Amino acid sequence: MRRGSLLGALLFFFLTVPTLFAKDVVIVTSFPKELFETYKKSFEAKNPGITVVINSKQTNEGVTYLRETKAKPDADIFWVSAPDAFQTLESDGLLEKYAPPKEIMSRIPAKIGSFPIHDPDGNYFGFAISGYGLMWNKNYLKAHKLPVPKEWTDLTNPKYFNHLVISAPSRSGTTHLTVETILQAYGWEKGWALLLNAGGNMGSITDRSFGVPEAVISGQYGIGVVIDFFGLSAIASGQPVEFAYPSLTSVVPASVGIVKGGPNPQEAKAFVNYLLSEAGQVVLFSPEIARLPVIPELYAKAPKDYPNPFKKKLGGVNFNDTLSSGRRDVVNSLYDHVITFRHKELRDAWRSIYKAEDALAKSKSAGVAQGKNLVAEARNLASQVPINDKKASDKEITGAFKSKSGVKAQLETEWENFARANYAKAKELAEKAVGLAN
Amino acid sequence: MAVSLAPTFTRTRDRLDWRQGGIVAFLLALLVAFILYPILRVLWISLSDDAGNLTLLHFLNFFRRPLFRESLWNTLQGGFLVVFFSAVMALPLAYIIARYEFRGKVLLQTAATLPLVIPPFVGAVALQLILGRSGMVNLILMDWFDITIPFMEGLTGVVLVQTLHFFPFILLNTAVSLSAIDASLEEAAQNLGCHGFRLLRRITLPLMLPGFTAGSLLTFIRAIDDLGTPLMLNYKNLLAPQAYLRITTIGMDDVDGYVVCVVLVILSLTALLGARKYLSLAEYASVQRSAAIPRKPHGKILALIWLMIGLILGMSLLPHIGIFLLSFSKVWSFSVLPTTYTAGNYVEILFRAPHFVINTLIYTLLAAGLDIILGAAIAFLLLRSRVPGRNLLDAIATMPLAIPGVVLAVGYLRVFHGWDFPGLGAPLTSSWFILVIAYTVRRLPYTVRACYAALQQVHVSLEESAQNLGANRLRTFAKITLPLVAGGLVAGGLIAFVTSCVELASTIMLVPRIELGPISYGIYLYMQSPLGRGAGAALGVVAIILVSIGTYLTHRIFSGSAGRAFKI
Repeated sequence: MRRGSLLGALLFFFLTVPTLFAKDVVIVTSFPKELFETYKKSFEAKNPGITVVINSKQTNEGVTYLRETKAKPDADIFWVSAPDAFQTLESDGLLEKYAPPKEIMSRIPAKIGSFPIHDPDGNYFGFAISGYGLMWNKNYLKAHKLPVPKEWTDLTNPKYFNHLVISAPSRSGTTHLTVETILQAYGWEKGWALLLNAGGNMGSITDRSFGVPEAVISGQYGIGVVIDFFGLSAIASGQPVEFAYPSLTSVVPASVGIVKGGPNPQEAKAFVNYLLSEAGQVVLFSPEIARLPVIPELYAKAPKDYPNPFKKKLGGVNFNDTLSSGRRDVVNSLYDHVITFRHKELRDAWRSIYKAEDALAKSKSAGVAQGKNLVAEARNLASQVPINDKKASDKEITGAFKSKSGVKAQLETEWENFARANYAKAKELAEKAVGLAN
Repeated sequence: MAVSLAPTFTRTRDRLDWRQGGIVAFLLALLVAFILYPILRVLWISLSDDAGNLTLLHFLNFFRRPLFRESLWNTLQGGFLVVFFSAVMALPLAYIIARYEFRGKVLLQTAATLPLVIPPFVGAVALQLILGRSGMVNLILMDWFDITIPFMEGLTGVVLVQTLHFFPFILLNTAVSLSAIDASLEEAAQNLGCHGFRLLRRITLPLMLPGFTAGSLLTFIRAIDDLGTPLMLNYKNLLAPQAYLRITTIGMDDVDGYVVCVVLVILSLTALLGARKYLSLAEYASVQRSAAIPRKPHGKILALIWLMIGLILGMSLLPHIGIFLLSFSKVWSFSVLPTTYTAGNYVEILFRAPHFVINTLIYTLLAAGLDIILGAAIAFLLLRSRVPGRNLLDAIATMPLAIPGVVLAVGYLRVFHGWDFPGLGAPLTSSWFILVIAYTVRRLPYTVRACYAALQQVHVSLEESAQNLGANRLRTFAKITLPLVAGGLVAGGLIAFVTSCVELASTIMLVPRIELGPISYGIYLYMQSPLGRGAGAALGVVAIILVSIGTYLTHRIFSGSAGRAFKI
């Protein structure tokens, strides 16, 4: 035992001593290896004497890590896609305010579409633009004889039943923004109707953002709802997939922020400056990274056919960030309790509806008109959510998600029961309609 | 076990008790610091309200919510089905291992451990590529018969994958139990005219029941706590994923997640105590016994044996085959086999990122070593002393079996992060040693059981004889006890090593920086991008090879005793 502890002490010594002298910048990031390795190399080449130390974590785990280590932070930089992760950290007071040099900031516009690129309070900075869209596997669509999707509304096409994949918005900040984009583009009621119908068509709802491109690349599912660089980098690596932005999409920045009280504040600033400078921005064009820089003039140097979010009319939606972040917990939990956790029932309902519509279209029996009424009612039932948009932003309800009072449990139970009852009824009506068609 | 040691101890009882008491106190302090306290810090959330006062409201709400009742029911149902199908797969193989001697048996024993080692993420992808809805099997079925079989959907998929994953627990336990049956009992029955099926039913089956029960309960506990399988199949209406999803969801301190954790812990501990109670009634140590002599099969029987092995192991090693293929693939999309092959993935992991492999070896071997020391000490105190507090030690050491890795990791960050660890100059959570501790703790229940089983089979009279002949306690331990239990200890270390190699849940949370990550973390990193699938799979292959070598050597050196590692 004693020798063991001596050995342990020695190991500790060799482990910690080198870190006392070298200058590090410690980065918590959810980005893929290709991205952070390229940046590590290029930053270290420009800043001799500083070593980039990467601590790679999923976004959620990164936030938890920063929270649990706030007494004595190990990390200097937080670097992920999802804006809501930064908002959470900001409201917890875990980010350091910073004002990068004027000559850097002056080249970056304040907004992309209606979305501010940087946090107005200077807690985090957008370094790349991302849009949301659809990616599909060419081989898969060909084998199943499916059309190529173009718009969000295409996701409700009965032909796509069981061929789609999405990640749960509660698990993936980028999917949450996609869901919000749809809700804001089509309005609360129509938006949810679309989401529920598309939810019924989903073959699977994953818990990791990357689960979606993975399922599409390997051909488990045909079409996935993803952030653009998942699609673009998969294309660049030679996979048989394609990607497109729907006409109504919003573009949102991926950001970087400095951790409050981190061990290397000077190096952290140097890294943020580098990321936002021209030298750091052109790195985004590398095919294995494939992201969109925030300096508009750089697109002149972009590879051929590179999407330009400042020129192209990408931001079809005037995205309201305050609205989105205010009701985030409610929207995510609602999605989980009416779609993710009730996926089986939702799918059953829509399968029956499609079957009924098919049968009615072919049928010449007298009951067709009555059957069509039943199906319309079934569709309506399988397209409703238990609360309206006013309530979703209500302080009392959003507050319940931050407290342990038990109101949240009650709400979620209500939503779940509402969904269960509606989907069962919809299925029953659709089956009755099939009977009328025969 | 109530083996009386009183005569040996009377002479020096006071001094010994004092020393043993010191060891118990030291071990208790260790276990409380690294297991009990961190876990309680996290689980307290489920018992407190907004003001921090004690409340049971959250537990009442658990049973009021249909979603959780459904998850509880699914979990129990899934657990029982997994045990049932695992038994169907495991029993024939266990019988073959225990009763027949043939060339290649060591290979069979090695391969039987591999299903336990499905590297995270790649295992999921590989299995999807083979059994998934556009996997190898279904693409062929679609081509030939225009049908597909949804192997991997819903609870059915979870049960299928978990069965393929966990059946070795039953296999190895039952095999150990079978080979420990006193041959004279079967011979006696045969002499009395009992043969064939009747012999099996009346004598062999009842005698192997303890091992079988132990394996079944371990399978049950692992199945209900298993997070990886439901997540990779995207099936969420089970307790383990409900707990995980709610705890790690961004921006929400969702109390329900912790409540589900506590419910899981209670379920697992209940199953465990049930198993203990049953086994303590049914199993005893013996001084010596005449084990059955394995038969050497020939001709038809040998062919039948190999057919059986091929069928069962072939099925359970499907993910491994998939991982192997994936590790050489560049593009594998919607096709029966990869369309472009490359060796580049191995170049990437062996030359550009060799630290993942090296770290894994350091961490898992250290953890296995610590586990052996701790496990042996606890087992020794349990069996050879009557110091108060030893049962408490056992109970705490068993807890990690039922604690999700995420909960332990969050507990560690919460407890160890704020302050510099003495002698380290930094918080414990900033060094890689926290990973060794996490692995040690997560696998301790296995080694305690393995050491306990090994020590139990050494009758105390052997030690007493040595002492009667003048050896002191230390010499007795070194010359008699240690050589006799070494096999069991190493077996316990083996299982700690094997399962730590692919431990993910606590790893992701605790790795302080990328250079300090082990293989499981490397796989996670690679799997985040479309380019990395092959490299991730290559790392998975390395993990599988490491584990195979470890298992093979253990079987070679301590033939047969490795199975004890899986006892509870």
